[in-house]
Amino acid sequence: MGSFMLRRIIYVIPALIAVSLISFLVIAIPPGDYVTRLAETSAAAGDVMPMAEQDAMRRAYGLDLPIMVQYWHWISGVVLRGDFGYSFSFNLPVKDVIWPRLGLTLVLSVASLLFIWVIAIPIGIYSAVRRYSAGDYLATFLGFLGLAIPNFLLALAVMYLAFAWFGMNVGGLFSPQYLEAPWSWDRVVDLLNHLWLPMIVLGTAGTASVIRIIRANLMDELHKPYVTAARAKGKGEFGLLMKYPLRHALNPFVSGQNDIFVEIVSGGTIVAIVMGLQTTGPLLLDALRTQDMYMAASFILMLSVLVVIGTLLSDLLLAWLDPRIRYQQG
Amino acid sequence: MDNLIEIRDLRITFAQSVEVVAGLDLDIPAGKTLCLVGESGCGKSVTAKAILQVIDHPGRITGGAIKLRQPDGKVLDIAATKSSSPIMRDVRGADIAMIHQEPMTFLSPLYTIGNQISEALTLHRKVSRADARAEGIRMLEQVGMPDPARRYDSYTFQLSGGQRQRAMIAMALINRPRLLIADEPTTALDVTTQANILDLLAQLQRDTGMAVLFITHDLGVVAEIADEIAVMYLGKIVERGPVNEVLRNPKHPYTRGLLASMPRLDGDFKAPLKAIPGMVPPPALRPTGCSFHPRCEWALAGLCNTIPVLETQLGTDHMVACHAYGSEAGKFSRTPLRAAAISATPVRKAAGTEPLLSVRDLHKHFPIRAGFFQRKVGALRAVNDVSLDIYPGETLGLVGESGCGKSTLGQTIVGLHQADSGAIRFADGVREPVDLLTARGAEARRMRTDIRMIFQDPTGSLNPRMRVRDIIGEVLQVNGRHSAADIEARVQTLLKRVGLSPDYAERYPHAFSGGQRQRIAIARALASEPRLVIADEAVSALDVSVQTQIINMMKDLQAEMGLTYLFVSHDLGVIANISDRVAVMYAGRIVEIGTTEAIFRNPRHPYTEALLAAIPGRGVTRNDNRVRLGGHVPDASQQLSGCAFADRCRYALPACRAIEPQLQGALDHRYACIRADELHLRAVTGKPELVGA
Repeated sequence: MGSFMLRRIIYVIPALIAVSLISFLVIAIPPGDYVTRLAETSAAAGDVMPMAEQDAMRRAYGLDLPIMVQYWHWISGVVLRGDFGYSFSFNLPVKDVIWPRLGLTLVLSVASLLFIWVIAIPIGIYSAVRRYSAGDYLATFLGFLGLAIPNFLLALAVMYLAFAWFGMNVGGLFSPQYLEAPWSWDRVVDLLNHLWLPMIVLGTAGTASVIRIIRANLMDELHKPYVTAARAKGKGEFGLLMKYPLRHALNPFVSGQNDIFVEIVSGGTIVAIVMGLQTTGPLLLDALRTQDMYMAASFILMLSVLVVIGTLLSDLLLAWLDPRIRYQQG
Repeated sequence: MDNLIEIRDLRITFAQSVEVVAGLDLDIPAGKTLCLVGESGCGKSVTAKAILQVIDHPGRITGGAIKLRQPDGKVLDIAATKSSSPIMRDVRGADIAMIHQEPMTFLSPLYTIGNQISEALTLHRKVSRADARAEGIRMLEQVGMPDPARRYDSYTFQLSGGQRQRAMIAMALINRPRLLIADEPTTALDVTTQANILDLLAQLQRDTGMAVLFITHDLGVVAEIADEIAVMYLGKIVERGPVNEVLRNPKHPYTRGLLASMPRLDGDFKAPLKAIPGMVPPPALRPTGCSFHPRCEWALAGLCNTIPVLETQLGTDHMVACHAYGSEAGKFSRTPLRAAAISATPVRKAAGTEPLLSVRDLHKHFPIRAGFFQRKVGALRAVNDVSLDIYPGETLGLVGESGCGKSTLGQTIVGLHQADSGAIRFADGVREPVDLLTARGAEARRMRTDIRMIFQDPTGSLNPRMRVRDIIGEVLQVNGRHSAADIEARVQTLLKRVGLSPDYAERYPHAFSGGQRQRIAIARALASEPRLVIADEAVSALDVSVQTQIINMMKDLQAEMGLTYLFVSHDLGVIANISDRVAVMYAGRIVEIGTTEAIFRNPRHPYTEALLAAIPGRGVTRNDNRVRLGGHVPDASQQLSGCAFADRCRYALPACRAIEPQLQGALDHRYACIRADELHLRAVTGKPELVGA
């Protein structure tokens, strides 16, 4: 197990290097930069920015250097000093902008994932064990409904209902008075009060797919010989279900969780815009539109790192769950 | 005599209306071993599962009674008890326990075997974790698990097949059940391991006084272990009685057929086998009258096909359900037909002819890679310095336990593996001899049509998305210029030749039974008119009567087409029946090679002796002085010095570990043992031990 974990963790390093390089190049290679963008904006306002001024600005920001040198400056700053570069449009260091956003994104994503598990696992088990029962059909129906409705539409509908029926203040993750306030217990409570709505919206599609995954895998396992063998030992049906087939069925489920996590982290942009959430999505979109390169590259990098770490965690969890992986590859 | 379980008129139904078990009566006597025998599809396993109320969905008990006598004298009707009820849960695992065919699938790989063994105990008794562990280890020790305290914390995939089966036996016996149901517990094991497990079960049965219901299709195993035998056909018992009585004096034509189709080592083992024609029909198509009549050589029209059979008592304990012994017995002559001799006369193997295939100093090592960069850290010596000749028109049998390198040798000859060194010379007497290892281009392609292979698993070796015509004709499409009409005609001929209807060419493999699929696989191998056919465990996955049909057909084809076979099998009975010469393989080497007579009547290598001694059914006389082989084939990645078999050999001397024995002896019988000349090894006696048929 130790050697397996070590090897798996070492594999992360080349993945991270590749990810950081790609996130930077994706932003830097396309023609045009933040200065071009500024010049266009001023031109649109009827104010021509002279070429000399543009070049001076480029020199000041280091945008005239070769791409790989720019990359090296950026990534060495990230790794050695935690410095993600400077956001042109915010006129702030990138790290001051992204950390709070990333934190909220992580909280929301983890909350959505937990929501999915709590709702979907029991329903999936029920659907598999009582296959083709009325409850199974109902769960299947609701599941497909959840898969089919676009998230942003659901967000709009839920916001409307919450506002119209309960009179709730539904936009954003905080009430206005806590928006810029320092962290306090009241602010946490306020966050939790706002969190559940986007959590449900973001989790719905995931819930539906997890129900399907658990149901299909468990149905395959329910009639395996080892289940008969355990039943023949005199084990009760519930304990039997939990100990043997469910544990086997969890393997594909666990390896699938990373995809769902990625979906939530990166796919929540539209929902975040609709619901006015202070997560990474809307900011990343702005950074890309304004070619605020360090900002955009840093966001992409951090989101990719989250995904790499998520994959690592799901692999380690899989190894913990399944001794075959521990002993045969370790 | 007390019966522990009495089953009366049991009916088990699948999918609404298909009766898999149709009115079964069976008594399981206390403290004895009852063997339930029959081909697959006869309802043996489902009957066993019914006793535990663990029949798989959608099967269920729809009638009859299963009466279990409790220790306090009360009688529990299992058939009328709910499967999930606490009473039934108490019975399962405590009063009645079960072991299964394939412990790899019946034990969960996610928990240690110790966890699963002790769980059986804690489900029925209140014991502390430490006590459960101690008892589990003690039980493992009792079933002969080496190093039980360490193995207790092993997972199934870390154990060998025999060790897994021991773990499952320990799990079943930890509560000291009064009845042990053993469902084909040795079918998936090597013959040597099977012998050890059968010994263990017999000894445990004697020690604990439990009753055993032993399900098997192998009458040799029955002779080894049974007190009583019940023969089952299509959901009913057709014959039952004490084992000696039934095996020596079988009454029912089905029992006789099973015995006649079993390859055997007593008497003349080259005698042609008589197969039961056809196969077990699915229960939905159960024939009227006596359900065996379409396959029965005695069947009388107007009687057997219309009137249901009743049970007839012969003597005290011998029951048979056949019209030939009932009220109409006078109408039957009951003379057995002799087995049909092989139709064509075999090609005479002229002595001194040049071998068709000569293998010289062949090595095949698989690299073992490990570590971060997957460096080569060792080699698995699968085939290690093998030399042998195969002469035109003969069958060379290749035997050995699993892991001996038999299959690798066959696959290397056919070109599925690239040999590391050595030579394989193919000389068909028409064209220039070819070395398979250096052949390139057109020569290499010709070899692919001259040497063909039949695989063990006819389900896995036929592409499910190709029609039978394309499966058989593919080799002709790929090699050489054959017109579509040519190929079509050839496929039709081949299908007829392997006993299938030419109409089947349009169908897909899933439409066929295992035996039919193996016929298709044989037709595919023969499509290119090969000289040499390598049959890798080609009949091992088949039921005994189907196996016999295939063996007989392969012999016919050999005689007709002048084929040469390399027949790889772990089943010595099959090998003895089909082979002209036999090579015994151990740890990647040939340890003994010679004519079939020489190998079976006069084995000179202790490994051959142990293999022969392990064949079930040779111990009717139950002598205590048995040759049994412990341990396993040595790890092929270890460099061995001296004789590879020395660690398991009862005759080993210190010299055996120092000197690497070379093949010696006469040309028609060579063996690699330094003590061969001083040892007197036991062989197949040649006296009929298991009478009948």
